Amino acid sequence: MPAIEAIADRETGHAFDASISRQGNRRLVTDWLSPEEWTAVRLSLKVAFVAMAASLVPGIAIALLLERGRFWGRQFLDVLVHLPLVLPPVVVGWFLLIGFGRRGPIGAFLAEHFGIVFSFRWTGAALACAIMGFPLLVRAIRLSIAAVDRKLEDAAGTLGAHPVWVFAAVTLPLIVPGIIAGMVLSFAKAMGEFGATITFVSNIPGETQTIPSAIYTYTQVPGGESGAMRLTLVSIVVSVAALWLSEWLARRMRRRIHA
Amino acid sequence: MTVLDVDIRHAQGAFDLQARFQSDGKLTALFGPSGSGKTTMVNAIGGLLRPDHGHIAVQGRVLVDTKTGIFVPKHRRRIGYVFQEGRLFPHLDVRQNLLFGRWFTPRRERKTGFGNVVELLGIGHLLDRWPATLSGGEKQRVAIGRALLADPRLLLMDEPLASLDEARKAEILPYIERLRDEGGVPIVLVSHSVPEIARLATIVVVLSEGRVTASGAASEILRHTNLFRQTGLTESGALIEAQVLRHEDGFGLTVLQARAGTLTVPLLAHPVGARMRVRLRARDIILSLQEPQGMSALNVLPGLISSVDEPEGPSVDVQLDCGGDALVARVTRKSVAELGLRPGLPVHAIIKSIAFDQDALGGATPAKM
Repeated sequence: MPAIEAIADRETGHAFDASISRQGNRRLVTDWLSPEEWTAVRLSLKVAFVAMAASLVPGIAIALLLERGRFWGRQFLDVLVHLPLVLPPVVVGWFLLIGFGRRGPIGAFLAEHFGIVFSFRWTGAALACAIMGFPLLVRAIRLSIAAVDRKLEDAAGTLGAHPVWVFAAVTLPLIVPGIIAGMVLSFAKAMGEFGATITFVSNIPGETQTIPSAIYTYTQVPGGESGAMRLTLVSIVVSVAALWLSEWLARRMRRRIHA
Repeated sequence: MTVLDVDIRHAQGAFDLQARFQSDGKLTALFGPSGSGKTTMVNAIGGLLRPDHGHIAVQGRVLVDTKTGIFVPKHRRRIGYVFQEGRLFPHLDVRQNLLFGRWFTPRRERKTGFGNVVELLGIGHLLDRWPATLSGGEKQRVAIGRALLADPRLLLMDEPLASLDEARKAEILPYIERLRDEGGVPIVLVSHSVPEIARLATIVVVLSEGRVTASGAASEILRHTNLFRQTGLTESGALIEAQVLRHEDGFGLTVLQARAGTLTVPLLAHPVGARMRVRLRARDIILSLQEPQGMSALNVLPGLISSVDEPEGPSVDVQLDCGGDALVARVTRKSVAELGLRPGLPVHAIIKSIAFDQDALGGATPAKM
């Protein structure tokens, strides 16, 4: 646990061996951010990652339904999925509060039968972020599904593949670039989500205070500018890194397919 | 046994397909101009399309019967399909493409050896390549191999050569011939090219505007221009079997023996004794009442006129019987009148050796057979 060691070192005031540069760097970062800021950064990463991971499978399923499905109510589902994109985030947060709060119909049911509680917990922040990022995830995957040549799927069928296998062995590999793009968008959206999160789960340090909420808090107190600036820089670094990673992955995929 | 029994009706917008045919041939060619319903037909056989009415049976197994509500989905038909544009999976390499269907073939039905197919199609050097790096001809060969390795009971080929240039076509044709003769899988080939059909087909089904206008043995169908009139193609010609008799290297010529007599053609690479198909186009044949003397044409085949077809504009197709080989000659109406051409009249068919171009001379099959 080098991070803890670093904090311990700072407390005991022992000088660090300068030759162990990795630990030195680690100390630089932990020193640079206050423990509260550090907590907000870790929480944000956790919330964003969980939100992205949890919405991945439903996102692929809904994208498939919207792009390929012919059923009554498709238009309605389409609008429903896209609502978070056009509604004020506060409104989404309010809906979540009503539906998933302790006394809300869904929230009460989940708490009673599965012990899952969303209100004022980091899980609630993840739920809010997942829902706000969902339209972006679905749109990206849906576009890539639309680009898949259905003739390849027909060819797989004539070779004896059951439709489930056609999806797993042909469609899914071909839409991986779209899935990666959707995941990055969902992650980035979650890192920046503010309105729905703060409305639904408030702004509790260590539990629901993500980077945006922490920045907001800093701007409300005198002398908070430097903290706000540090967290802003962290935001930028994380977002750029995510974008770069997705570009790199997508390029690798493309190179393989269109060598 | 009947390989293929089709009787379907299917409406698609303004287009209406009503087709019925049977085939027991090794290679059944569906022939007709674009828009005649060939692809709709193979899609119905392959299970990519559900016909409105009718039934389809392959080797006695009913795949579609709208009366009893049978519709076997494409992944349970065991019918291989080689598409016009290959349709290789871009995310899999050549080896993985070839083995794709094998995953889904029941173990006891895996008869086709990977090595045999790779050897038959000459694709051993491509196994580790990606589809995007292959030429059109290579892609088609891999696509044929992929379909074969799923051990199909029938192989559909929808204009597998249409997107290729002449050189690439010449590269693939011998493989399809070998497949027909050695592969053991009956083939249905869609084509709108007479040379292709002449070279490959054993049974021809002629389609025109969604109807079957003729079907039967290739040598029979291809002699009758009037069958193709609706198709807009007027390439009648005879198909005869011949064997390489000898090579005249000094003159750059090869002599073939057919039932009708000997044929001298431009030098061929096939060994002496090899059997092959020769296509004699009606427009390349001249008729003479006397045995010609002092003439440059090397091929003179004596025979009897078996019938004179209906005239078509200024020209008439005259059907001949030359020692058991059926030939057809296209002459003018005027010649018919002046020479008094009529059934039963002995004539000599004259063909220039140069008339045998690449399209007219099929690939050889080994002498022993």
